[in-house]
Amino acid sequence: MSEVTARQVLLEPILNNNPIALQILGICSALAVTSQLSVTLVMAISVTLVTACSSFAVSLIRKQIPSSIRIIAQMTIIASMVIVVDQVLRAYAYEISKQLSVFVGLIITNCIVMGRAEAFAMKNGPILSFLDGIGNGMGYSAMLICLAIIRELFGSGKLLGYTILPLVKNGGWYVPNGLLLLPPSAFFLIGLLIWALRSWKKEQKEAGEFKLAAHKVKEAF
Amino acid sequence: MFEHYLSLAVKAIFVENMALAFFLGMCTFLAISKKMEAAIGLGIAVVVVQTLTVPVNNLIYNGLLREGALAWAGLPNVDLSFLGLITYIGVIAAIVQIMEMVLDKYVPALYNALGVFLPLITVNCAIMGASLFMVERDYTFGESVVYGFGAGAGWALAILALAGIREKLKYSDVPEGLQGLGITFITVGLMSLGFMSFSGISL
Repeated sequence: MSEVTARQVLLEPILNNNPIALQILGICSALAVTSQLSVTLVMAISVTLVTACSSFAVSLIRKQIPSSIRIIAQMTIIASMVIVVDQVLRAYAYEISKQLSVFVGLIITNCIVMGRAEAFAMKNGPILSFLDGIGNGMGYSAMLICLAIIRELFGSGKLLGYTILPLVKNGGWYVPNGLLLLPPSAFFLIGLLIWALRSWKKEQKEAGEFKLAAHKVKEAF
Repeated sequence: MFEHYLSLAVKAIFVENMALAFFLGMCTFLAISKKMEAAIGLGIAVVVVQTLTVPVNNLIYNGLLREGALAWAGLPNVDLSFLGLITYIGVIAAIVQIMEMVLDKYVPALYNALGVFLPLITVNCAIMGASLFMVERDYTFGESVVYGFGAGAGWALAILALAGIREKLKYSDVPEGLQGLGITFITVGLMSLGFMSFSGISL
C-alpha cells in the first residue's frame, strides 16, 4: 500500500494536480525566468531541490514545532536552504546566477515551497514529504520547461544556445517571433496551456459563476 | 533632488511595475482579484508594508550586513551579505506582525477592513522582491523610501485594474476550458502588454 501512495505522491502533481495550472502556486517566479532554456533548467532544479529538502526538514521536526510559530519556523528552514542554493550558484554558475538576479532569493516566497511544507509536510512522514516535494518540483519544472522550449525555440530559433531554426538575418529561413521573448507572452502561453490541459482533463474545469440564459426569441419582439 | 525622487517613483509605479513587468506577487494577484473590495484592502496593505519594509531593510543592509559595515564594531573584514535573504524575510514577517498589533489597537476600522490580508502579505513575493531589488541597485535611504512606496503603489494599481476587469468579465461568455484561471492569465498578459508601452520612457 505504501508503495502505491509513494508513487501517487510523486507523480500526481505532474499532470493531475499541477502546482502552476491547478493550485495557482509559484507563478511569481515562473514567468520571468522562462525566456531561455538554460536559465529555466537551473531555476527548475533549484526549486525542486529546495522544495524536497525543506519538506523533508519540516516533516522531521513537525512534532516539535508549536503551531503558533510554525510559519516562522518553516520560513527559517526554507530561507536557509535557499541561501545554500544561492551560494552554490554564485560559486559554480556565476553567469546564470547573474541572469536569475533576484529570482533565486524569491524562491523563499515561492508559494509552492511554503504551500507544500504547510499542506503536506506538517501531516506526513519525512520520506513521503521528500517525495511530495520532488513531485511538486517536477510539476513546476515540467510547466516551466514547456514554456521555455516554446519561447526560446520560436523566439530566437535556438535551444540551449544551439541554433535549431536558422534565422533570416543569419542567412536562414526562419523569421523569429519577437513577442515570445517579451514577458507578456508567458502569460498567454500559460493561459493556453491551462486551456489545453483542462480540455484534456475535464475534471479540472472551474464552473462559471454565471450561465448565459438561452436566448428567448419572444422577448426580442 | 526632488526631480530625481519623482522620476524614481514614476519608474517604480509604471515602467517597472512589480506585478506587470516583473511578475512578482502573482499568486495573491491572481487569487484575490475576483472582488473589488478585497483588491482595495490588499492594495492598501501592500503599499503600507512596502513603504515600511524596504527602508528598514535598507538600514539593516547598509548598517550590518554589507561588506565592511561592521567596522564600527571592530570587524572591518566581515561580510555578512550572505545572511541577507533570511534577514529580509525575518524583517518582513516581524513588521507585518507589529503592524497587525498596532492597527488592532489604534485603528480597528482599518484592521477589520484588511482582515486576513495582512498575514498573507508576508509571503507576497512583491514585498521580498522590492527589498532584493533595493539591495541589487544600491539605493540610498531616501531612495529606498520612495522606491518602496512606488513599488507598492504600482502593485496596488495593477491589482485594482485587474479586479475591475474581472468583475466585468464575469458576465461574458468564455469558452469552457478557459473559464476562471485561463482567461485571467490571458487578461493579465494583455494588461502587461499595455504596461510595456511605458518601458520606452526613459527618466
